Amino acid sequence: MANWCRISSRTIANHMRKRMNQGFIGSAADISQTSGLSSALNNGRPVSDRNRRYQTSSPWNRATLLCFQRFKSTEAEKQQDSFLSSDSDDDHQSLDFPGGKVSYTSEMSFISESSQSRVPCYRVLDDDGELITDTSFQQVSKEVAVKMYSNMVSLQIMDTIFYEAQRQGRISFYLTSAGEEAINIASAAALTEQDIILPQYREPGVLLWRGFTLQEFADQCFGNKADYGKGRQMPIHYGSKKHNFFTISSPIATQLPQAAGIAYSLKMDNKKACVVSYIGDGGTSEGDFHAGLNFAAVMEAPVIFFCRNNGWAISTNVSEQFRSDGIVVKGRAYGIRSIRVDGNDALAVYTAVSAAREMAVNENRPILIEALTYRVGHHSTSDDSTKYRKLDEIVYWKNTRNPVNRFRNWVQSNGWWSEQQETQLRNSVRKQLLEAIQVAEKTEKPPLSEMFSDVYDYPPSNLEEQEKHLRETISRHPSDYPTDIPV
Amino acid sequence: MALRNILGKRFGVGLAGRRPLSTATCDVESGNAKAINLYSAINQALLIALETDPRAFVFGEDVSFGGVFRCTTGLADRFGKARVFNTPLCEQGIVGFGIGLAAMGNRAIAEIQFADYIYPAFDQIVNEASKFRYRSGNQFNCGGLTIRAPYGAVGHGGHYHSQSPEAFFCHVPGIKVVIPRSPRQAKGLLLSCIRDPNPVVFFEPKWLYRLAVEEVPEHDYMLPLSEAEVIRQGSDITLVGWGAQLSIMEQACIEAERDGIFCELIDLKTLIPWDKETVEASVRKTGRVLISHEAPVTGGFGAEISASIVERCFLRLEAPVARVCGLDTPFPLVFEPFYMPTKNKILDAIKATVNY
Repeated sequence: MANWCRISSRTIANHMRKRMNQGFIGSAADISQTSGLSSALNNGRPVSDRNRRYQTSSPWNRATLLCFQRFKSTEAEKQQDSFLSSDSDDDHQSLDFPGGKVSYTSEMSFISESSQSRVPCYRVLDDDGELITDTSFQQVSKEVAVKMYSNMVSLQIMDTIFYEAQRQGRISFYLTSAGEEAINIASAAALTEQDIILPQYREPGVLLWRGFTLQEFADQCFGNKADYGKGRQMPIHYGSKKHNFFTISSPIATQLPQAAGIAYSLKMDNKKACVVSYIGDGGTSEGDFHAGLNFAAVMEAPVIFFCRNNGWAISTNVSEQFRSDGIVVKGRAYGIRSIRVDGNDALAVYTAVSAAREMAVNENRPILIEALTYRVGHHSTSDDSTKYRKLDEIVYWKNTRNPVNRFRNWVQSNGWWSEQQETQLRNSVRKQLLEAIQVAEKTEKPPLSEMFSDVYDYPPSNLEEQEKHLRETISRHPSDYPTDIPV
Repeated sequence: MALRNILGKRFGVGLAGRRPLSTATCDVESGNAKAINLYSAINQALLIALETDPRAFVFGEDVSFGGVFRCTTGLADRFGKARVFNTPLCEQGIVGFGIGLAAMGNRAIAEIQFADYIYPAFDQIVNEASKFRYRSGNQFNCGGLTIRAPYGAVGHGGHYHSQSPEAFFCHVPGIKVVIPRSPRQAKGLLLSCIRDPNPVVFFEPKWLYRLAVEEVPEHDYMLPLSEAEVIRQGSDITLVGWGAQLSIMEQACIEAERDGIFCELIDLKTLIPWDKETVEASVRKTGRVLISHEAPVTGGFGAEISASIVERCFLRLEAPVARVCGLDTPFPLVFEPFYMPTKNKILDAIKATVNY
């Protein structure tokens, strides 16, 4: 459905060079095997079997090389890489240490806490949706582009209407994805349906892309008997086996080590698929972030860790969350290739995820993507974000850096979209959603028996006893209990 | 030998302090049985699990070379590094990884090196594994997950190599908690846990790894979960325990018998969901109950058993429920002999309850 597209030239060499302008930061192992430096980690030794595997079987090997060469020319990488090269007098000596040789140096020098300049952010479209000159990206067909844009619009409308339904007291809770529509849809569009999603909770667009219907969304939010979760979880905790989308749980980052386990299973089964696990900036402070990335790296598991850095974890700004240059730099500490991408640029997200997927699946390795974006809405319906951040900031991201408008401009500039289609789409989605909400609201709640099922594969005697006891209580005090739950 | 000497010194009872219990009453056909210790029985169970299911995996800290207690000896050589492997030193990672593996239809057998170190994985067990099926409406489950962890006193373990954290996990709907008392029990129960379609926490009495030796059938067998077992018949008082503590309780039973008190001893085996009926039937017969565990008495699982028995057998009880447990201190190194629910503490409680 898509092919690599360049702006300036169509030669293969250029293609590779351009592609690498996406700038995946290589892990230390990549550098040692591809840079040609005499020292680093492979000093004087033949390449290991593992390295040879990458050299022979990986279509990305050349790419990795180019990637590294490019970094040599940037300030940030120069500084970091100086610690990996050894041009000191002690070059001929090295320490044979578990995990690989380490060269000695007589120069005492601490690795800097940060690079001189921040890791740049890959983008394809400027704020107006114009292609940036000399950029490279994975082209998307008209069909895919229109579907992507339509889904972004649907997500916006879902947010507006469900948010309103919560404000009217019809559902108990909601959480919008406003500002992060490009991340939601473009990352989903770059995957196959066999790829398995371990969501955080601000990625309903991935489900939307995969065909979860507006009715299915509404049924979950209303917790009716059509909800796959049987009304047991708060609104927005979607899950769908048929869409390879694991059920959302509220705890932060717990899905990351699980993603490593699922990916390991895919690898064992030789499935040509990967796991994509989403997380926010705040989640990277959790121990499970460390556990997930480290396990995936060590177990060589095909996982894409997709971090939506939207600047805010409820009211906590990233400046109070970590002292590193965001999340992208953390990948290297785990031996994981990483890239920083403009999360409000759908084409950049699409291209980066496509490339990450290829590396993850073909090379059995995790990849870290940090997408810079902004949470335009409140954290949830229980939050008022104007209490802790400036309105100007919100307005700036909502208008100037709007990911949906930006993508629309590009789609329109290709002649694939019109004002008429826009009006038609918005009206149609709005109508469908209002209908879905009406249906969901009228649909019966799950029966009381569902309270006791699925705790185990079948209810043990204590649960049977408690159910019986509860039913007796209900018959004595029916007015204590909601009438819309069939007993 | 060193361990034996330490045990002898600490308790003044020599090896008798932790003599393994027989499982003569269990229904396992003997077939070809060999006398082996508890870690070897665990090893056999793991080997059978790996052999009978190509989707079974064994992993954890240091399991590749056989594990610090030797339970995984030889497995990596036999089944390969892809199925039996070391993990990074990170309990939340081990359990989280195991949940993911299990969610894909695999049998994920995770080892936590000591139960004292299971707490970093608490969130993964309590918020994730236990709710995985329920929260998805049974679309997903991680029932193939079994978490093994050595627990309990060893005579010299201090704070962090002695704990019995079972009660924390007994408060969590959605998981099962199982503790074996002997090699034969360990093998059969572990195989049941591994094959049970629910996540299970399996605590292994590390004091018995080498000390407990018993005839264990060599073939593949399973012992039922959530079924308690009366391992000693009696008429005067019911004693309820699990794991290593049962051997101490049995010695108290033997000594009480010399004074004409006949104790009924029950091995609970599965702590949740537990077999109330067997305990209730026994208490209805004896009219008295004593519960004993190494974990601190306050909030221990003995409290739950006590409450349930009072609810069910109040009019049949002829004395207050007795609890002989660990004290409410952190597990203390040099004071371990004072902390422990020893044979004589149990014996005193038996007499006090019978003579109430």
